[in-house]
Amino acid sequence: MEKKLVIPGDFLSDDVKLADEGTYIEDSKVFSSVFGIASLKNQIKVVPLSGKYIPRQGDLVIGIITEVSFSNWIVDIRSPYEGLLHISEFPRRIENSEMSKYLKVGDSIMTLVKDVDQSMKVELTLNDQRLRQIKDGRVIEVTPSKVPRLIGRSGSMIAMLKNETNCNIFIGQNGRVWLTGKDNNLDLAARTIQKIEKESHIPGLTDRIVKFLKEEKGLPVKETVKKKAEKEASKKVEPELPQETARNETVTEETSREEAEEPGKSEENESGGILDELLDK
Amino acid sequence: MVKPEKLIENGIRLDGRKPDEIRPIKIKVGVLNRADGSCYFEFGGNKVIAAVYGPREVHPRHMQKSNSAVVRYRYNMASFSVEDRKRPGPDRRSIEVSKVSREALEPVIFQEYFPRSAIDIFVEVLQADAGTRTAGINAASIALADAGIPMKSLVSACAVGKVDDTLVLDLNKDEDNYGQADMPIAMTPDGNITLLQMDGHLTREEFKEGLEMAKRGCLMIAEMQRAALLEKYSSLIEGEVNE
Repeated sequence: MEKKLVIPGDFLSDDVKLADEGTYIEDSKVFSSVFGIASLKNQIKVVPLSGKYIPRQGDLVIGIITEVSFSNWIVDIRSPYEGLLHISEFPRRIENSEMSKYLKVGDSIMTLVKDVDQSMKVELTLNDQRLRQIKDGRVIEVTPSKVPRLIGRSGSMIAMLKNETNCNIFIGQNGRVWLTGKDNNLDLAARTIQKIEKESHIPGLTDRIVKFLKEEKGLPVKETVKKKAEKEASKKVEPELPQETARNETVTEETSREEAEEPGKSEENESGGILDELLDK
Repeated sequence: MVKPEKLIENGIRLDGRKPDEIRPIKIKVGVLNRADGSCYFEFGGNKVIAAVYGPREVHPRHMQKSNSAVVRYRYNMASFSVEDRKRPGPDRRSIEVSKVSREALEPVIFQEYFPRSAIDIFVEVLQADAGTRTAGINAASIALADAGIPMKSLVSACAVGKVDDTLVLDLNKDEDNYGQADMPIAMTPDGNITLLQMDGHLTREEFKEGLEMAKRGCLMIAEMQRAALLEKYSSLIEGEVNE
């Protein structure tokens, strides 16, 4: 098998040249350094199943302003290290005193890691066409190590997701995902992303996501109809079965009581279904 | 409790184990949602829970190291973990256990990957029954892996001791209280020792033999640690397939 679950210290290969991320070399052998999924083809690397985001130069990330200091915005980029956005990295020339007018504490930004030095001082920039402040939509969070799976091979997963949900999706390398679109589409996109995150280590992910999206979108009207039909069917069957099996009178009484409650329950469900439909439109 | 007359009878210990047997172990990975990594570990009568946070920002600032992460380990016994209420808060013993446990784990963590950050390990003893520090180290090492922290390997810990002039593996409460020696050992699966303490007296030969016993014990535990970690994700795979 080319992919397998490994724990720290697991032996991976004798070929030191192929060692990549998530591994370490000792006595000219390659071992896993993290708990994650090892892939052994081309290069030997282990993708951890969890872990913090460690900033690298050139990463596009989503940050949240936590502090406005003299000539710097301090930005939370979901890593052990805070990001610094210098006033000169803002697309326009602005005065020190006016910094909070443009970006204030709590604002979200799409930003680029301009430089990371030895002591992990992280410098950010907004001086790029792609970058801007996030003013609408939603930001959700996923495990940073799962970002590559969310994007898919050369962007296939994310392209599919955008297409199917009609949302605009931007994924930061730090595991923050910015979604824009209609509310119910956003819900679907968020649910799908959560599913991808949860199941990213199981083979056949794309197929499952396509199926999931079809099911979720598969016209909610149909679903409620199906549910209703099932419920009715079960209602008919239920009273018969216990009578056959249980000779005790008290038991049959209980079942009849349950029966009485049943219509109320289904009504609730139905109203929920109608609400869903209304919301969809 | 009064001292039992004999701690070993016909080669069988008070709790029915043979001298080279460890107590039953139960492990659950990822029991805390807030923590980056966590583990619940049962080692005989010991019940401990470990939580790992980090790497994260260091507070207070002066503790941070410019070229590596700092590892902080807090061992704490719950006030209800022993028969006589344990006075809450750090005391001489728990500070010592914290220090040696931290030093037992530090050698396997790639601290240089995360300069100016902290990796915090919290171990809470819910129920104590001799050998809580070894249980704590076992749990913490799993929690570290669960948090996705790069490590050379896991660390497993286990104690050997001498009771009734016989070497025994993984002492229980009575053996610990009335035995002649207690020697907790932590090591990596390839045999690098990261913790070795001794209380009591052992001869040179006994020490050597005890060390070998502890190695075998640690290897058994390492297997269980690995199985527990893999189970966290394999169970999910099966569950999804069944759907």
